[in-house]
Amino acid sequence: MHSEIIKPVKKVRGGVKVSHDKNTKDMPVRRIEAPDFVTLPMSQHIGAPCTPVVKVGDTVKVGQLIGDTDKFVSAPIHSSVSGKVTAVKEIRTATGMKTQAVIIENDGENALYEGLEVPNIDTREDFLKAVRASGLVGLGGAGFPTHVKLGFKPDAGIDTLIINAAECEPFITVDYRECLDNSWDVFNGVHLVKEMLGFKKCIIAVEDNKKEAIKVLERIAEKEDENDEIKVMTLKSKYPQGAEKMMVLSATGRKVPPGKLPADVGCVVMNVASAAFLSRYCKTGKPLVSRSMTVDGSAILEPQNIRVPAGTEIDYIISRCGGYKEDPVKIIAGGPMMGTSIIDTHTPVIKSNNAILVLGKKDVSIKPETDCISCGRCAKACPLSLMPTKIERFARVKDIDALQKYSAMVCMECGSCAYSCPAGRPLVQYMRNAKAIIREGAQK
Amino acid sequence: MSEERKLTVSASPHRRTVDTTRGIMLDVVIALMPALVLSVVLFGFRALLVTLTSVVFCVLFEFLSRKAMKRENTIGDLSAVVTGILLAFNLPSTIPLWMVIIGDAVAIIVVKQFFGGIGQNFVNPALVGRIVLMTSFPTYVNDYVAPFAWRIKTLDAVTTATPLAQFAGKYNSEGIAQTLNSPEFPELAKMFFGVRGGCLGETCAAAIILGALYLFIRKVISPTIPLFYIGTVAVIMLIVGKGSVPFVLYQLMAGGLLLGAVFMATDYTTSPINFRGKVIFAIGCGIITSLIRIFGSLPEGVSFSIILMNILVPHIDNLTAQKPFGFIKEKIKKEEAAK
Repeated sequence: MHSEIIKPVKKVRGGVKVSHDKNTKDMPVRRIEAPDFVTLPMSQHIGAPCTPVVKVGDTVKVGQLIGDTDKFVSAPIHSSVSGKVTAVKEIRTATGMKTQAVIIENDGENALYEGLEVPNIDTREDFLKAVRASGLVGLGGAGFPTHVKLGFKPDAGIDTLIINAAECEPFITVDYRECLDNSWDVFNGVHLVKEMLGFKKCIIAVEDNKKEAIKVLERIAEKEDENDEIKVMTLKSKYPQGAEKMMVLSATGRKVPPGKLPADVGCVVMNVASAAFLSRYCKTGKPLVSRSMTVDGSAILEPQNIRVPAGTEIDYIISRCGGYKEDPVKIIAGGPMMGTSIIDTHTPVIKSNNAILVLGKKDVSIKPETDCISCGRCAKACPLSLMPTKIERFARVKDIDALQKYSAMVCMECGSCAYSCPAGRPLVQYMRNAKAIIREGAQK
Repeated sequence: MSEERKLTVSASPHRRTVDTTRGIMLDVVIALMPALVLSVVLFGFRALLVTLTSVVFCVLFEFLSRKAMKRENTIGDLSAVVTGILLAFNLPSTIPLWMVIIGDAVAIIVVKQFFGGIGQNFVNPALVGRIVLMTSFPTYVNDYVAPFAWRIKTLDAVTTATPLAQFAGKYNSEGIAQTLNSPEFPELAKMFFGVRGGCLGETCAAAIILGALYLFIRKVISPTIPLFYIGTVAVIMLIVGKGSVPFVLYQLMAGGLLLGAVFMATDYTTSPINFRGKVIFAIGCGIITSLIRIFGSLPEGVSFSIILMNILVPHIDNLTAQKPFGFIKEKIKKEEAAK
């Protein structure tokens, strides 16, 4: 037996200390009953949206393909309930983007689609094909199609698999629960990805405030022999340790250059729940149609972790969690640092949603925006060493050259700058503006 | 859309630090309080009167100029209060109050509001206020009463030369020794507790150090600028004084060095953002201060040195701009590819 917990090779700069609020950490994921209907957007991932392959009136079953595309950077979409397609129409997702959606009325049968079969995996190609067919997108929140991430060439010099169990956003505890409740899936999933893609090294990264998860993950690493290359890395709990570039730096000391991906420095970062899902998929053949999420915040009556079918309306989820405790001020899809505040509670949740936060007065600090005092806290907090205060100024005057000089495109919108700003400036918004200005400029 | 509820929608992050501009300024005001108390002990009730006048008029000028410019009122951020206290701290207790008001007007209206208000001024308002008064009314601004003179009930306050004025023009071995040994020269302990002639807030080293520690602990300012500023002066003075430690200590505690290094040079708006920039800025301040003290016709150079370095801040910031994550590696790669 051989266990090893390693420390980060390099320290991440900046970041902010946010309160953890992991209120739901002792609550195993509860499956809630499916709603009467689901609204399945054709874009639940980063990349090209899918085209519906079903039409109004069709009868579908759980796991049946309802949307697909031949574009590479995309992931197919499957029905999360069994029932009848009642509409195919344009809706707005949580981020405000317009997309086609298939609306399915639930017949309550929960019948599994007969066409599903356990994938037959012998080769790397089989595996990647299965990953695509599973509809898996990064479950950590960004929703990048997993088959694209894993579909690198065998000779691309990629040697390190990093399993991300950091979960550095406040409130969210679903990855933590995945480690505890589905530890075998995590174990198998990590091995599956590692072996199928021939990774030499695997590092499971977790923040040091998740003691129980560390114990479990340590045992996953322990199972192997002396030559074992799976190691658990504990990170100081600081936001945003879980960001991809930060993970790569902590685990390998390599820095992903601006505009590049972890793959460019030989790493693949994968969320722990994504790995666990793959192991389940390869056993059952059931595609990604539901996911776990944390429902929390001061305005929800019963905070908990639930498993919901994709396409469930937020309104329904809230009603299943006891309803409102007080008037909600803000409802967020995702974590409080990077999540999107929603306009309409009838918005459906998608595959990449890891939390619904219903925030009451106590949680929401609406800070008046005052003038920048050049205190430099934003530049100090930026884990990517950008200078948000400068970028803001140049974004306001639309100075493309200056924005490029200050590398506005590098920003990952983690929100550390805006969090630490004493003047309450919406710096992330300015970062997004800056990126839009650069993109526009590039098109001209 | 949502018929039943109105939700707040905003860009992420949905959490913000509890720190505010007002909170930061309040911390600075708190950090200045020990020095204010000591100045009243040393220079009497008039010290308080000068400070209060300065604060009231700074706030008033801020209010009026914002009103005249039809801009949002900003007196609530307390930055005008800080400017008011700092300007008063840079003046002697005997200064006529109308001069204080002129200084306030220059600081707030000209230096701060003409350039766009908080965060936009390119030099420290309080320091410019002081410099304008010093060059306009030199006899009044350089009129330093002896500490505790207020207790002696004479109409003419006892004026005294500041320690730096006593050193002036004598920065050579004999001059230094002579000055240090002169009977009028205050002892080190007296210097530490501020029992010497000087401006209101600058004399008591103990009170300023206490304030500085408070600001460090509250993380309002980082120790970088004060340490490098004071350190640079210490090194230069050690060389000039040929290793005389008492001389160095006098140099550090005399004049406005401590006050300037802790409260003025660290002003967010007029100091560099990054560590490297701060170091360059602070060393520059230290060199200019020392040069003025040793070679200049003025006994003291803290105000001028900070102002001069303030002007260079945009350039320092540009030169020391932090490179984005992973950038250096990319550059090296390009160089390698070029080979």
